[in-house]
Amino acid sequence: MKYITLFILSLVFWLLLTFKLTLPNIIVGTVASGICALFFGRFFITNVYKLLQPQRYFWLLVYLVVFIWECIKANFDVAYRVLHPAMPIKPGIVKVKTTLNSELARTLLANSITMTPGTITVDIIGDNLFVHWIYVRSDNPDVYTRMITGKFEKYIKNIIE
Amino acid sequence: MIAVILICIGVLFNIFGCIGLIRLPDVYNRLQSATKCVTLGCCSILLGAAFHFGIGDAFFKSLLAIPIIFFSSTVAAHALIHGAYHFGAKLDKRTVKDDYKDSVK
Repeated sequence: MKYITLFILSLVFWLLLTFKLTLPNIIVGTVASGICALFFGRFFITNVYKLLQPQRYFWLLVYLVVFIWECIKANFDVAYRVLHPAMPIKPGIVKVKTTLNSELARTLLANSITMTPGTITVDIIGDNLFVHWIYVRSDNPDVYTRMITGKFEKYIKNIIE
Repeated sequence: MIAVILICIGVLFNIFGCIGLIRLPDVYNRLQSATKCVTLGCCSILLGAAFHFGIGDAFFKSLLAIPIIFFSSTVAAHALIHGAYHFGAKLDKRTVKDDYKDSVK
């Protein structure tokens, strides 16, 4: 079932990307999405019926608004640190614990962390995310865990799990 | 008009990203500026292009390119920083904390 869903999604994606409804184009798209589905289907979400639940899309929209706002803030933050003559940086790698369980949710969380102010995910080992932070604001693990993951974790939990 | 403004913002952020790439001290901090500023810059330029061409094929193509850039640049940043750490790139001397060192061994 998840192979078929991935096939349909990638075919729609292909048709939007090329934006022509001619026969050769559809044939090439079918072959390409077939290959994609065959190779990458096993990484796709296991329970595809979750894609049909409307409340997940609502949370996705809320999440996107929060995320874009954080992303713009991140850019001004980094631009400020770069342009400031003294360069106010205090970098460090911190360990952050996550409560998310599925692989896809963790990937999304790691990507969101990478786009938020001054943080890049270095690695995930077990339940712990290692995050490089351009300006370490606090020494207390609870405080910085809340600062880094707290904003996104609840939305991602609603979207995926 | 709105397209021009968006493209200007994008170019400005790309310049900030490049300045950061030169000024910041080590690989890790440089990646920070390279991913964040350049990703938002490119997204802004693509959005500007979408508004410039109006509804049509260019509109959908540039809107589709935004999530692709987002995911590829974040994954690339993660891969580069992970690779740099395991290769042994030194952290800058201003670094205050390194929790990762104990977990790798």
